[in-house]
Amino acid sequence: MDINLVDWSRGQFALTAIYHWLFVPLTLGLGFIVAFMESMYVRTNNPEWKRITKFWMTLFGINFAIGIATGIILEFEFGTNWSNYSWFVGDIFGAPLAIEGIMAFFLESTFIAVMFFGWNKVSRNFHLLSTWLVAIGASLSALWILVANAWMQFPAGMHFNPDTARNEMINFWEILFSPVAVNKFLHTITSGFVLASVFVAGISAWYLLKKRETFLATRSIIIASVFGLISSLYLAFTGDISAKMVAQKQPMKLAAMEGFYEGGTNVPLKLFGIVWGKDTSEYKLPNLVMKVELPNGLSLLAYDNKNAFIPGIKDLLNGNSKYGIISAKEKIERGKVARQTLRDLKDAYQLKDSTKYFQLKEQFMNPDFQKNYFAYFGYAFIDNPKGLIPNIPITVYSFHGMVLLGLYFILFFIVLLWLSMKNILFKQKFILWIVVLSIPLPYIASQAGWILAEVGRQPWVIQDYLPTVAAVSQISASSVQITFWLFAILFTVLLIAEIKIMIKQIKVGPENS
Amino acid sequence: MFDTLSLSMLQHYWWIIISLVAGILVFLLFVQGGQTLIFSIAKTEIEQTLLINSLGRKWEFTFTTLVVFGGGFFASFPLFYSTSFGGAYWLWMSILFSFIIQAIAYEYRSKPGNFLGKRTYEIFLIINGTLGTFLLGVAVSTFFTGSMFSIDLKNITNSSSTAISRWESSGHGFEALLNLRNLLFGIMVLLLSRVLGLLYFINNIKDETLIKRSRNQLLLNAVLFVILFLASVMGLFFAEGYAYMPDSKLIFLEKYKYFTNLTDMPLIGIFFLTGVVFVLYGIASTLFSKTIKGIWFSGIGTILTVFALFLDAGFNNTAFYPSSFDYQSSITIENSSSSLYTLTTMSYVSILVPFVGAYIAYTWNLINNKQLDANDLNNEGHLY
Repeated sequence: MDINLVDWSRGQFALTAIYHWLFVPLTLGLGFIVAFMESMYVRTNNPEWKRITKFWMTLFGINFAIGIATGIILEFEFGTNWSNYSWFVGDIFGAPLAIEGIMAFFLESTFIAVMFFGWNKVSRNFHLLSTWLVAIGASLSALWILVANAWMQFPAGMHFNPDTARNEMINFWEILFSPVAVNKFLHTITSGFVLASVFVAGISAWYLLKKRETFLATRSIIIASVFGLISSLYLAFTGDISAKMVAQKQPMKLAAMEGFYEGGTNVPLKLFGIVWGKDTSEYKLPNLVMKVELPNGLSLLAYDNKNAFIPGIKDLLNGNSKYGIISAKEKIERGKVARQTLRDLKDAYQLKDSTKYFQLKEQFMNPDFQKNYFAYFGYAFIDNPKGLIPNIPITVYSFHGMVLLGLYFILFFIVLLWLSMKNILFKQKFILWIVVLSIPLPYIASQAGWILAEVGRQPWVIQDYLPTVAAVSQISASSVQITFWLFAILFTVLLIAEIKIMIKQIKVGPENS
Repeated sequence: MFDTLSLSMLQHYWWIIISLVAGILVFLLFVQGGQTLIFSIAKTEIEQTLLINSLGRKWEFTFTTLVVFGGGFFASFPLFYSTSFGGAYWLWMSILFSFIIQAIAYEYRSKPGNFLGKRTYEIFLIINGTLGTFLLGVAVSTFFTGSMFSIDLKNITNSSSTAISRWESSGHGFEALLNLRNLLFGIMVLLLSRVLGLLYFINNIKDETLIKRSRNQLLLNAVLFVILFLASVMGLFFAEGYAYMPDSKLIFLEKYKYFTNLTDMPLIGIFFLTGVVFVLYGIASTLFSKTIKGIWFSGIGTILTVFALFLDAGFNNTAFYPSSFDYQSSITIENSSSSLYTLTTMSYVSILVPFVGAYIAYTWNLINNKQLDANDLNNEGHLY
């Protein structure tokens, strides 16, 4: 395997996904906030609400454009950089992507034209409908790609066809309504709602500090606070479910994000910790120091039971017969058996040895073989059990950072709403500055969430079935390096352009939006 | 409804959908074609802004259709997706880069605080219009001329070097530029997009000077387009095509395959001829009368022609993505499709397509019900 190629391909996908995700959450949340503001305009007929709507709509447009620019590459990167993956799961993964295009992208792209250019061409109600459809279209876009991503974390509703050497869908509804998919969708779009709410509150607070646009700012802060508070509470709820899902479906990710090595019951939840040095085990796992722990917290978080057993990284690698955990070495051996059987089957087919072919196929499709061997197919490509450990410092910090910021947002919106309702917010300069300076925080939390989800599932592209090393395209690492740097330069320039335009537009205010 | 269809019928159904999306995509390249003309037709800043704002109301349709085209291929014929995108890396990446810079160009061009300057974004539009259409044409041409790749599903069982699809040329897609037929096809698509862009301006803009210049440009571009179109079609019809035996699936070269496909499937031949006549009528009627409706004739003609060409490439036991390196690795609608279950499921989703088409047509009419003039730029509240 060309590890250099795999790393650069991962790097490129991470780079483009991170850039894309800088813009998508704002689109998801701001779309609904704008739609709500326009609803207020249609309901009250107050031109101030139209002015407010058009201002936020302008910022929405600036952000939306770069979201599209950074998004197109992601769809095609599945093919350009992960061609084996595209075949191995294209029968399942491609469908949500195509549905996304038909159902969501056209909805967005059609009605966004009405939203921006239709003020004088369509009725007020039709314009309002268009704005709502853009917001709904954006969330629908997120639905399908998140369904696909959830499937990669928790494959369901499929079987492996040895003739075509790929996974094939056998139950669409199992994929769409898999608990991981449903929760991932809800958790992700509410994170976008929270981000947009902080964004709107932050810019409005800046106007209050500058004693400008008071009507726009106070109304926007109230809407953002209510929307943000409801969303941040729901975000915490879905976050809790996410942790349970990870515990059940991806125990290695849970162990890595908590820096948890020796399994046990009554496991505390680490709220804070610093990665420092390495332990003396054969795996040289990093130590966590200055820990702040909540007793029984992890057992409760994962299984709602303080006595629940949580496997540590060493249990998952060495095995734990008491809890029925197979060692990594055993999984690798079983994976190799599955891979060799598939190879023999393909050989028999090529040699037209039908007796052997049907015999092997029957063996391969036997439920016991599927459960005891093919379920570990991806492990055949793992050379060393240590390769099954995700990057611990990255997952630990991203998990803790995301959770702490999530709690901060709840407090943030409670305080903001309370001060707004008391009509004393505009006097609280210190609070207003905190609100302004909080704008980057949901971006950090949102990125941390994705980094945790994606780095935490390494080395897998498809959990247990396909590692990154077997999914990559057959291109040279230098080609990917070139495109990596081209994307890095282009997207950075575009990001700077976007931020400058956004800041200028905010300074100019609604008059010229 | 779709549950009763066989795998073969669903493969054909999905190839029809892919072909239709391809036809619509090529029609919508009028946006790109129009972008290449913003300096040659417009002489003042207001004129440029008028052209860009006229195109700006439609650019997202082209962009979205391109995404749907890719997604549709991924979902229905994933072996093509994994082989072509993973192999012709530089060709596809170049196309994608040209579309990335288009996406922000409209929105950011005239915004305050735009530190790159208007001209940068206008150059982005020209790069997208020129390079994007030309390279898309080259990529589509390889559906007929072939590419250098091999496929072996067994590679997934290797302990290393597991890639199922391997590109056998170090150019990774750029070698397609060395084929004269591909080059001509690419330039022909570029010229077609310019012709369509001019017809769109004539239809959508209310400015006598711009319309006059558009008509003047139309003559030159249309003549060049027709010449290259005829050359490409001749090259296609007289070339050997990649056919396969229905039973053994053995792939071989067959003389005049793409021509005999049209005679074997006369309905597709009629689509092709009707499409060509419509394109030419749209051009001729605009050149020789004062009509502004040429875009609709040429647009529908483009959709029909491209639709027929894609069906020509994929139906009647033809390999739609042939390998000139290893004929037996060539991709057909039979060996590359998704499973029966997936195609059936997606077919139910495809019922939404007419509904999507209807609301696009409705909103298109709402936004374009009146020709755009300079006054509209100030009144609409959103300026590109």
